[in-house]
Amino acid sequence: MSGMVTLTFTLNGAPVRIETSPGRRVVDLIREDLGLTAVKEGCGSGECGACAVLVDGVARLSCLMLAAQLEGREVVTAEGLGTIDDPHPIQAAFAAAGAVQCGYCTPGMTVAVAELLARNPSPQRHEAREAISGNLCRCTGYVKIVDAVMDAAQAMGKETK
Amino acid sequence: MSKAVGAERFSTDIAPPGCLWAGARRAGVPHARVVAVHTREARALPGVVAVLTGADVPGANLQGIVHKDQPVLVTDTVRHAGDAVALVLAESREALAGALSLIRTELVPLPGVFDPEQALAPGAPLVHSGREGGNLLAHALVEKGDAPSAFAGCDVVVEGRFETPMQEHAFLEPPNGTARMTRDGGIEMTASTQAPFRDRFEIGHALGLNPMRVRVRAPYLGGGFGGKDGATVQCLLALAALHGGGRWVKMCWSRGETFLAGYKRHAARVRVRLGASRQGTLQALDCAMLFDSGPYAHLAVEIMALAMEHAGGPYLIPHTRIEGSCAYTNNPVGGAFRGFGVAQASFAVERAMDSLAQRLGMDPAELRLKNALRPGDLNCAGVPMESPAGAAECLEAVMAHPAWKERDAWKAQAPACKRRGVGIAASFNAMGYGRGLPDAAAAKLELTKGGTFRVFNSVPDMGQGNAAAFALMAAEALNQETAAIEVVQPDTRLCLPAGSSSASRTTYTFGNALLKACGAMREKLKARAALFLLADEPDRLAIRPGAVVDEATGRSVSLSQIGSMLQRDDRICIDQFVMPVVENPPDTGKEFRLGFPHRMYSHGACVCAVEADELTGQVELVRCVTAVECGRVFDSLGVERQVQGAAAQGAGFALLEDLHVEEGLIRADGLDRYLIPTALDLPPLECVSVEGDEPTGPHGLKGMGEVGVHGPAPAVAQALEDAVGLVARRLPVNPQEVLEAMGGEKP
Repeated sequence: MSGMVTLTFTLNGAPVRIETSPGRRVVDLIREDLGLTAVKEGCGSGECGACAVLVDGVARLSCLMLAAQLEGREVVTAEGLGTIDDPHPIQAAFAAAGAVQCGYCTPGMTVAVAELLARNPSPQRHEAREAISGNLCRCTGYVKIVDAVMDAAQAMGKETK
Repeated sequence: MSKAVGAERFSTDIAPPGCLWAGARRAGVPHARVVAVHTREARALPGVVAVLTGADVPGANLQGIVHKDQPVLVTDTVRHAGDAVALVLAESREALAGALSLIRTELVPLPGVFDPEQALAPGAPLVHSGREGGNLLAHALVEKGDAPSAFAGCDVVVEGRFETPMQEHAFLEPPNGTARMTRDGGIEMTASTQAPFRDRFEIGHALGLNPMRVRVRAPYLGGGFGGKDGATVQCLLALAALHGGGRWVKMCWSRGETFLAGYKRHAARVRVRLGASRQGTLQALDCAMLFDSGPYAHLAVEIMALAMEHAGGPYLIPHTRIEGSCAYTNNPVGGAFRGFGVAQASFAVERAMDSLAQRLGMDPAELRLKNALRPGDLNCAGVPMESPAGAAECLEAVMAHPAWKERDAWKAQAPACKRRGVGIAASFNAMGYGRGLPDAAAAKLELTKGGTFRVFNSVPDMGQGNAAAFALMAAEALNQETAAIEVVQPDTRLCLPAGSSSASRTTYTFGNALLKACGAMREKLKARAALFLLADEPDRLAIRPGAVVDEATGRSVSLSQIGSMLQRDDRICIDQFVMPVVENPPDTGKEFRLGFPHRMYSHGACVCAVEADELTGQVELVRCVTAVECGRVFDSLGVERQVQGAAAQGAGFALLEDLHVEEGLIRADGLDRYLIPTALDLPPLECVSVEGDEPTGPHGLKGMGEVGVHGPAPAVAQALEDAVGLVARRLPVNPQEVLEAMGGEKP
C-alpha cells in the first residue's frame, strides 16, 4: 500500500517494528494493530485522558498522536507498568484503596500517576489532584484515587530505601 | 486487580479479527419530514457492505422499554437531531466514515417544539402527528388528605418555580457492541448494556426476531449510570448483523454521537407551594411537575411517577396534591439517570424548605429534622415508611459534623474577595422497580470440578461493584476464601433471567437470590459429603474453606473431590427472589401501570460548604459531607465509593454541567464544552454512614446507588444563598448569577 512507513520504537520494553500509515492514530495502532487494550478511548479529542500512554516517560494522549510521532521513542502502556500477577505498586495501590470502580479510566489514570511519581516521588495531595486533573473519572469523585496515589508514593518510597 | 492493571476486557475491547464496522447516519435536524435518503454513492464506495434505511428494517421498527415509539431507523419523520436515518456496514472504519458522509438526505424541515410548556399549548407542532393526546405523553395526580383546604389553615405558605436541566451521563466507555448472525438466523451480541435480558426482547420486537434466538453478553461496563438502560447500539447492531453474512460487526459511538443520540436526565420544571404552622410543622404541599421527554417516551412516565412519589422529600406532610405531566418535544431523548426523577423533585422541595425556613426564621437543619419521616409515617404519596427510615438519623449525623457545627467560625474566616456559605439538604430514594412488574432475579451457583464456585451473575456491573459484592456474599455464605469464587458476568445463555442494573436494586435483589442459592448449595455439599464421609447426619458436617469436615470423626472431604464426582446438573444450585411490594398501596397514582409506589427507601443528608469569588463569580465547593442510611452496611468501602461517586455527579449537576440545548440542538456536545468535575473541581467528598437494618435485605442491606446524588444540588444552592444571597431556582448555577447576586448586595 502506498504511503506506508516502517516505524521502530519500543513498547513496554520490547522492540516493535511495524508497517503502518504515518497518519494512523496512536490509540488505534496500539489497541488494534498491537492488541494492547488497556489503552482506552473515551472521547477521541484529548479531554478524558483514558488513552494516556507514557512516551519517553511523559504521559501523552494517544488519541491526539500520530503513529509517525512514535519513531525511535519508548512507549509504555498500563500493561507495561504491571500485570495481574505482578502489579506495579501504583496499580496495587489503586486496587487496595478501592480507587477502581468501572475501571475504564484506570489505565490512563495510572499512567498519569506513574509520570507524577517519577518526577515527584512524594507529592502532596493537591499535587496528586493536579496531576490527574487531565484524566476524567465519572465513578469515584477522585477521593480514593488520590488516596491510592499517596499510598503508592509511600510504598514506592519504602521500596527504594 | 484486573481492572487496576487494565487487563479487564470491556465490550469495546472485543474486536474479532476481520470484523465489519457499523455506523449510523444521524439526522442532524430536530424535526423534519423524510422525503428520501439517497444511498447510491455510499453503496458504491469500495469497502461498503450494505447501506440500510428504514425500509430495510424487518419487524415493528420500534423500540422502547415500556412504550414502543422510537424507530430503529426513521422512515417518514425525524423527531430529534440524533435520530438514525441510515445504517452502514463497511470493511473498515475509514470506509464506514466515507460512506456515512456520502449519504444524502432529503428532509423537509418541520416546525419544532423545544419547550415542554409550549408543547402542551394549543396549536403547538405535534411531535407524533395524529397522536391522541397531542404532545401530552402522560398526566397523573397523586393526592393524600385535602391539600387545597389545608393551605387555608397554614400560618406560612411559600411558593416557587424551579428548573433542572438535562444532564449527560458522560460514562467514559461509549455505547458499543459486537454482534453476528448465527447459523439459525438468530443474533449473538456483546454490548455495554445495563439490561441484557431485556435487550433480547427489545431486539426481538423491533426486528421481528424470536427473542430466545438472541443471545446478549454484558461484560463489565465502563460506566452506565442509567444511560445504558435502554437500547443504544443494540437494535442497530442487530440489524447490521442480519446483513453481515455471519461475520462479526462492531459498532462504537463516538463521543459526539453519544451526546447527540444518547439519553439525558430529563429536564424538569417544578412549581411548589408548601405550607406550615408557625412552629414549622409541615401541613400542605401542592406541587406540579413537568418533564421534557424529548421525542420518545422511553422511561419518561416511570421517571415522572418516581418524581411524584418523592415530591415531598423525606418529610411528613399530612396533605399533598402532586400533579405530574410529561410532554413530547423535539429535544434530545430523556432517560434514566441515577436518581431517576428524584433528583429533579429533590431540588425543588429542598429549595422550598429553604424559603420556608427563612420565612419562619428557623434554622434550615432544624426545620428538616422536625419534619423528617419516621418509621410508620406516610410519605407524600401515602406510602408507609417501614422500619428503618433513617432520614432523621442522616440529618443528625451531618448536623453533628464540623462542616455544619462549626460553620459560623469557618465563614467568618473567609479570605479576602471570597464569601463563604454552608447549606444542608435531606433526601430519600426508593429502591427497586415498585409495584407493577416483578423486581426479580434468579441466581445460579456452580461448584466446579476443581472445588471452587462460580456465580452466574445476571445483573451487569457498570462500576457500582455489585459483582464484587456477590463474590463477597457467596464467599461468606459458603465459608470460602473470595479467591475461590468466580463471578461470571451476564450472558443470557449461561445466566438466569434478572432485571436490569438500575433502580438501586442489583445487590438487594440478586443478592437475595444468591444467598438462597448458597443455602441450597450448603445443604447439597453436606448431603453429598455425607456419602464420602459415611456420616448419616449431614447436618453435623461443617463447610470449611476447600473442604467439608466431620468434626465428630475428624474426617474431611475436599470440595474438589466432591466437584469431580458430581454430574454437572448436580453441581448447580439455583434460586430466585422477587422483591416484596407495598402491602396496602395508597389509593392514588392509579394512572401508573408500572413503578408506583415503592416499599423501601434509602435516606440521605448532605452538607455543602462553598466559597464564591467576588471578582469572578466562580464557586468552589470546599466541603461536601454526605450521610446515607441504606440498611445494614455489608461492604463499607463499596458504600463509600458509591456515595462519593454520586456526590461528584450531584456536584456537577449543581455547578458545572450544562448541555446548552438550543432549538433541539446540543451546543456543548463534547467533553471539552460539557464540563464534568475533574479532580481539581471537587473537595474530599466525605461520607458518613448511618446503620440501619432492612429485615428483607441480604445481610440487612438496602440499595444505595442513587440516594447520594441528590444532596449536593440543593445544599450548594442553600450555601450560595447563605454566602451571597443568590436564590438559585435553576441549575447549574453559573458564575454570572453569582456575580449579579453579589453586585446587588454591594453596589
